[in-house]
Amino acid sequence: MKLQQNARLALYAALEFAADPTRQLSAAEIAAKYRISTHHLAKVLRKLGRAGLLRAARGVGGGYRFAANAKRVTLLDVIGLFEQIGATRPRGARRNEERALDEVLAEIDEIARATFGSITLATMLKLVGRHARRPQAQPGRAG
Amino acid sequence: MIYLKRIRAARRTDLAQVIAIDAGITGLRKPAYWSGILARYGTRQRQRYFLVAETDAAVQGYIVGEVRDWEFGSPPCGWVFGLGVRPEARLAGVGARMLEAICERFRRAGVTTVRTLLDRDDPLVLAFFRSQGMMAAPFIPLQMELE
Repeated sequence: MKLQQNARLALYAALEFAADPTRQLSAAEIAAKYRISTHHLAKVLRKLGRAGLLRAARGVGGGYRFAANAKRVTLLDVIGLFEQIGATRPRGARRNEERALDEVLAEIDEIARATFGSITLATMLKLVGRHARRPQAQPGRAG
Repeated sequence: MIYLKRIRAARRTDLAQVIAIDAGITGLRKPAYWSGILARYGTRQRQRYFLVAETDAAVQGYIVGEVRDWEFGSPPCGWVFGLGVRPEARLAGVGARMLEAICERFRRAGVTTVRTLLDRDDPLVLAFFRSQGMMAAPFIPLQMELE
């Protein structure tokens, strides 16, 4: 499945901050690592800040620090700030074919929500670590 | 702070505490069920494991599982189908240690995969198994009502 770009960037950023909650990071630093627009990422970070995941750091250089509990924040918590997993479907009398397809799509949505809702940032960082230990190709542009 | 003394095979004298832990989680007391589990998965049952985690004071949790051969077309693998930890003993690594203990028994039995089946509406339990490194298995559970 695909995530919207903002949700994906938010997840990358949340992982960067959660990996070391004592570290202060700027949008420019993260944007450089993932080769994305600093301006675009800054908007994403502001939204994460308003949600309480990040706290703006005072002083020279600015930036943010992680302000949440990586063992409690799930991927769904982050994604949900930027997009809805599972489309809303119209209510009311509809064709049987539409209702049948909606039932199938709802099943997929429920699985997606359960998956994202069961993986915390802490668990995701462990998964990142497992990938780091495997032989891998050079990282490409973040999509 | 929880200081686990050991993870060991369950005994009949543990059943009252296991039943209470399970009832605290599910809201259901199942003495007959747990007596049956002890009979089928207790000590000296080959490839079947019913373990408890104990401190000096009490049983803090339980885990039940077995090696299943060729079910659902899968080569032999370990299955965990029951795990419970006292609420006051959570977040202390009890579940993780029990899972590692049963996985070690699975390894000694010669299997290299462990699976479990979880309610997708139970994010706490889902998150626990995910935190231990488990990912989605290549199976899809299906069901239907028998009319």
